[in-house]
Amino acid sequence: MALLEIKNLHAEIDGKEILKGINLSINAGEVHAIMGPNGSGKSTLCHVLGGRDGYEVTQGTITFDGHDLLEMETEERAVAGMLLGFQHPVEIPGVKNIYLLKEALNAKREAQGLDEIDTFTFMKQVRELVASMDMDDAFLHRGVNAGFSGGEKKRNEILQMLLLEPKLALLDETDSGLDIDALKVVSEGINRMRGEERGIILVTHYQRLLNYVEPDFVHVLYKGKIIKSGDKTLAHRLEAEGYQEILEEAS
Amino acid sequence: MTETQELEQLVKREYKYGFTTDIEQEIIPPGLDEDVVRMISAKKNEPEFMLEWRLSAFRQWKKMTEPEWAHVHYPKIDYQALSYYAAPKSQEELDAEAPESLDDVDPKLLETYEKLGIPLHERAALAGVKGANVAVDAVFDSVSVTTTFKEKLAEAGVIFCSFSEAVENHPELVKQYLGTVVPQGDNFFAALNSAVFSDGSFVYVPKGVKCPMELSTYFRINAKNTGQFERTLIIAEEGASVSYLEGCTAPQRDENQLHAAVVELVALDDAEIKYSTVQNWYPGDEEGRGGIYNFVTKRGECRGDRSKITWTQVEAGSAITWKYPSCVLKGDDSVGEFYSVAVGNNYQQIDSGTKMIHLGKRTRSTIVSKGISAGRAENAYRGLVHIGKTATDARNFTQCDSLLIGDRCGAHTFPYIEAKNASAQVEHEATTSKVSDDQMFYLRSRGLSEEDAMNMVVSGFCKDVFNELPMEFAVEAQALLAVSLEGSVG
Ligand SMILES: Nc1ncnc2c1ncn2[C@@H]1O[C@H](COP(=O)(O)OP(=O)(O)OP(=O)(O)O)[C@@H](O)[C@H]1O
Ligand SMILES: [Mg+2]
Repeated sequence: MALLEIKNLHAEIDGKEILKGINLSINAGEVHAIMGPNGSGKSTLCHVLGGRDGYEVTQGTITFDGHDLLEMETEERAVAGMLLGFQHPVEIPGVKNIYLLKEALNAKREAQGLDEIDTFTFMKQVRELVASMDMDDAFLHRGVNAGFSGGEKKRNEILQMLLLEPKLALLDETDSGLDIDALKVVSEGINRMRGEERGIILVTHYQRLLNYVEPDFVHVLYKGKIIKSGDKTLAHRLEAEGYQEILEEAS
Repeated sequence: MTETQELEQLVKREYKYGFTTDIEQEIIPPGLDEDVVRMISAKKNEPEFMLEWRLSAFRQWKKMTEPEWAHVHYPKIDYQALSYYAAPKSQEELDAEAPESLDDVDPKLLETYEKLGIPLHERAALAGVKGANVAVDAVFDSVSVTTTFKEKLAEAGVIFCSFSEAVENHPELVKQYLGTVVPQGDNFFAALNSAVFSDGSFVYVPKGVKCPMELSTYFRINAKNTGQFERTLIIAEEGASVSYLEGCTAPQRDENQLHAAVVELVALDDAEIKYSTVQNWYPGDEEGRGGIYNFVTKRGECRGDRSKITWTQVEAGSAITWKYPSCVLKGDDSVGEFYSVAVGNNYQQIDSGTKMIHLGKRTRSTIVSKGISAGRAENAYRGLVHIGKTATDARNFTQCDSLLIGDRCGAHTFPYIEAKNASAQVEHEATTSKVSDDQMFYLRSRGLSEEDAMNMVVSGFCKDVFNELPMEFAVEAQALLAVSLEGSVG
């Protein structure tokens, strides 16, 4: 059974249909890239998968790891192993990053019937991850994303992913706004997550991320529909030719 | 469901701490005249000067009219329908000495603590069990039930006792300081309090002494339809310092309850007083019926040079709160601070803030006010910064932030600045923000429940104030916010 199975998904915001019949199947161990022009519905798909209020699913089904995803609250999806890496991570002033990390980890552990993590183990683990992301420990004690640069916010998203070890990571333009070194660090982080038991969806506009994290499948989303799927060579084609030709082909 | 509807639904939660404790009460029949004032004084065996003081306050009060404010609305209080004194019957025994063990304490009282979720060790402290590190002068209704740690404090020369005991044992100190910060006729509620106050706390820290422990008092309102008139007086002599914690929570009631306390602080040269309050009075039901009316006069006077007074408060209860802890900065180089978190939910009305009166040279004040409104609550910050003619080079910084949860509540800010000295530097910053859908979604997508997510955003918002609270209080304050906002998420 697929890890994530999306069938004929239609969704609207404020009565406006944005997703118009998406079908997508992702198995554990696979990396899928979703590409597509601005406004085609990529972030909307991520938010629908995350269960955001105000995004109404009007048709279709989604199963995730055997659960009916549409029946689950956002936080239930999270503790069941879905992690959404945001295109625009929000600032939460006054809440220390480390505090959120700990609460998030403990929420997941609680759902798994585990005790709260002890502070020592937690700190050790977090410090290692922070170092691996080439971040300074000081980030842990700053407000969540508060005053972080665009690139720092994205690293922070990957840091959370590494700590929470989700079954499915949905990374919405995690590569946007990264400098060359940061792109490498972030890619390495994603590659570390890659594994038999995990699925990864990368929403991206650029081939450069896919050079580091080679996708097994590439999908082109256009006007709320996946109009073409292929292997990594599809991304190369997009990079070389732009969307025009592929859009024409599809229509 | 729209966001607003969802909020409305979630906001509807019953007050956790709604209950009454059935302890025998001795109550003076309702009504107020000179005879009642005399009776109160007589019941407390007060010396003549106290009776005279009360009577003079009563005569002033009779000539005063109740103030009206633009931002709080409540049915008129019938002062003749209130009873002005209530004391547990076993007063003498309870007053006599702190109990040796929990077994000696009225089980009903312990039950009350239990329902309040007061941790075991703290219950022990409240009841006076040896070894606990917070001295507690627990006020049950109007009379102190237990007073503990007197010995350890006495060793340091600190007097920490009920107000009645202070009147009895240290009349000269009471006489010297009572009413010197909040005069009898200061305002309607202060005058009423001066006439009929039942009891409260008294702290005296002599010259050069750092009080060896945090002083803590838990106030409870428990007698039916009885006004609560606490009186607190804290004096820190030259170079002394003390940190005083006050926490409140009240049982559920049908009728609105008036609370008109007076707190006076006096800091002499180089003295420091930190007064922290965490308040959780019954706010009323969903429509605001039955909540506590909280009209409090709190004022500190930095009488000496280089003295410092800090008010830190977390306000989470009451149907109506009217409260302006103030600092009168008389001494040169004295410092006043006010850190406040005020949370309103349902139909609560809060009109709170501070007054910083700069009189001495180079006096400094800092105001950090965080207002949180949920449901249909109205939360107003009203602050006065007065820089007197004599206050050369005075400085004030005010930060006033409002956080709205949902779109049916309100936040209002009324900063008043009076600068009579051209060298004054007064800065005011104000922000209003909403708990955003983005923040909620972000945190929930990390596995936090809606309520946890809300609490996290709110505590983050309050961080600057929580940082000022003593450690154990900060934890309590956070828990209190969580209880107050339970359900108000969206
Ligand atoms: N609240 C909303 N109300 C109406 N339309 C919306 C709303 N939110 C998003 N949309 C629209 O939905 C469409 C898809 O937006 P979405 O953010 O999913 O695009 P995207 O593929 O992620 O684009 P980008 O590459 O720029 O990130 C856009 O046309 C956008 O304007
Ligand atoms: Mg997008």
